[in-house]
Amino acid sequence: MSFHIDATVRARNLDVSLSLGPAETVAILGPNGAGKSTLLSVAAGLLRPDAGSARLGERVLFNLDGGSRVWTPPHLRGTALLAQEPLLFPHLSVLDNVAFGPRSAGASRAQSRETARHWLAEVDVAQLAERKPGQLSGGQAQRVAVARALAASPELLLLDEPMSALDIHAAPHLRRLLKRVLSGHRALIITHDVLDALMLADRVIVMEKGTIVEEGATREVFRRPRSQFAAGLAGLNLLAGTVTEDGLRTFATAGGASLAGGASLHVAGHLDDEAEPGQPGVAAFPPSAVSVFLDAAHGSPRNSFPVAITDLEPHGDHIRVRAGDLAADITPAASAELGLEPGSRVYFVVKATAVQVYAA
Amino acid sequence: MNYSGIPRWVYGLAAVGGLFVLLPLAAMVAKINWAQFIPLVTSESSLTALGLSIRTSAASTALCVVFGIPLALVLARRPFRGQRLLRAFVLLPLVLPPVVGGIALLYTFGRQGLLGKSLELAGIQIAFSTTAVVLAQTFVGLPFLVVSLEGALRTAGNRYEAVAATLGARPTTILRRVTVPMVLPGLASGAVLSFARSLGEFGATLTFAGSLQGVTRTLPLEIYLQRETDADAAVALSLVLVAVAVIVVGLSYRRPHRADIPAEAAA
Repeated sequence: MSFHIDATVRARNLDVSLSLGPAETVAILGPNGAGKSTLLSVAAGLLRPDAGSARLGERVLFNLDGGSRVWTPPHLRGTALLAQEPLLFPHLSVLDNVAFGPRSAGASRAQSRETARHWLAEVDVAQLAERKPGQLSGGQAQRVAVARALAASPELLLLDEPMSALDIHAAPHLRRLLKRVLSGHRALIITHDVLDALMLADRVIVMEKGTIVEEGATREVFRRPRSQFAAGLAGLNLLAGTVTEDGLRTFATAGGASLAGGASLHVAGHLDDEAEPGQPGVAAFPPSAVSVFLDAAHGSPRNSFPVAITDLEPHGDHIRVRAGDLAADITPAASAELGLEPGSRVYFVVKATAVQVYAA
Repeated sequence: MNYSGIPRWVYGLAAVGGLFVLLPLAAMVAKINWAQFIPLVTSESSLTALGLSIRTSAASTALCVVFGIPLALVLARRPFRGQRLLRAFVLLPLVLPPVVGGIALLYTFGRQGLLGKSLELAGIQIAFSTTAVVLAQTFVGLPFLVVSLEGALRTAGNRYEAVAATLGARPTTILRRVTVPMVLPGLASGAVLSFARSLGEFGATLTFAGSLQGVTRTLPLEIYLQRETDADAAVALSLVLVAVAVIVVGLSYRRPHRADIPAEAAA
């Protein structure tokens, strides 16, 4: 009983392959336009890929490779979709919204309402059963939408940023609820939030430009990210290159155009046990370990990266200084003293002991 | 925020426009022979014509709903080759002189017409029957329903339908339980416009169905006929037609039924 999908959508540059075990929840992370929603639409049957195949347990969702083309329409797939907005049917009561799935599956009116009451109780909104969706708050409506999706007893639950349209008070509530109800369900959840991934997912997938660039157990991915996006979420600077005896050889492109200096740059760092010189690797270090200087700092074992500042932004009680993909956190006083502004050419200095180097 | 942003002179022109519609109606009412009003509008021929008008308009509105919903769905939901052309043809009766529509129908369903010949062999005669009245009214009324419903469908979008499908609903179930209920206000106003247009239909009916009392002579035809002989009767019946139209339109346009549709769907 597993889910496997392999799909290519040329118009959106999507080309992915992924599998889910039974009762496994996988978080999909990635920048806007990475193809995350497209992937869910393909799985749900709302978008037809150019090529590929998908299977959910015994059921073939689609198979567009080879001679006999199979296409199972959305209503026969058992893949319920929960979007950013609750999209409750405005003309039906909350109870009938939740009863919609079972009713469509052939249950009697009484039976389907019975199921709906169960799921409304499960998401703690049983008292709202008789209301119309227009009379609910955003958080309440999204809980009802969760109940409606679960009431359809899907074999795969597809969640497209379910928390993103909620205010900061409603989101934690729904996150707790999802943690409770997703255990025992197989689900794919798109999110921009590290907390969602850590709390809800067994495994994360990072997508960039239509392909999967990184995947692994949630904790592992955030502890030792290998993609620029995951590193950003984990709050780490990341440089990619080739592992050397005492660090990493990286190319200017790794840190964006701002990493001045041209050809290649050596990053001194602490090698992970499994990192072998010569293989592809990454160097990761937190912005808090980075100091900013106007002149190149000398003396080993330190790294000194010449960069051009792109942005300055408040970050807690520090100032985050961004230079392309790299960031440094410094005090407001230090920032004022250095007279930093976008465009300034400075040096990001980080001790070798603060840099982790591991295989990519 | 009470600021309207409308220049003052606009109100002046709006008043002239409103008067242009109201004044002729007032002039007509002023000409009514109130002493004879009740006998005139309750004469046998008048009641027959009114009854026929309401029955045929109801039937043609039903036909407009049955064929208009699928047409609007096809036009609103998914683009295809020739869609613009189809829309242009569906809307053609809006701008076509009704008498031209009548002639076209005659050459389709008349004895020597495209389909009429075969129908004649099957023993079915449509031209100059009550069926012809209904067809003529449907021909001119259909575009009103399609235009109104297509707009409502486009505004609502199809995101709710996508969710319904992933919840396991078959396409027919989605149409019945999601799409139609969500565009009900648009469907209702479209049906009312079709009914009103059918009620006032004259040219296509006269050409295609003729003017047989009790069979094809609807209220507008009766009014036109009476005008030749009895101006008082024509004016009295006109008022009846105006009253029926005002009641029907007034009932359905009391207020826009938008409250049930969430803001993002109505936007």
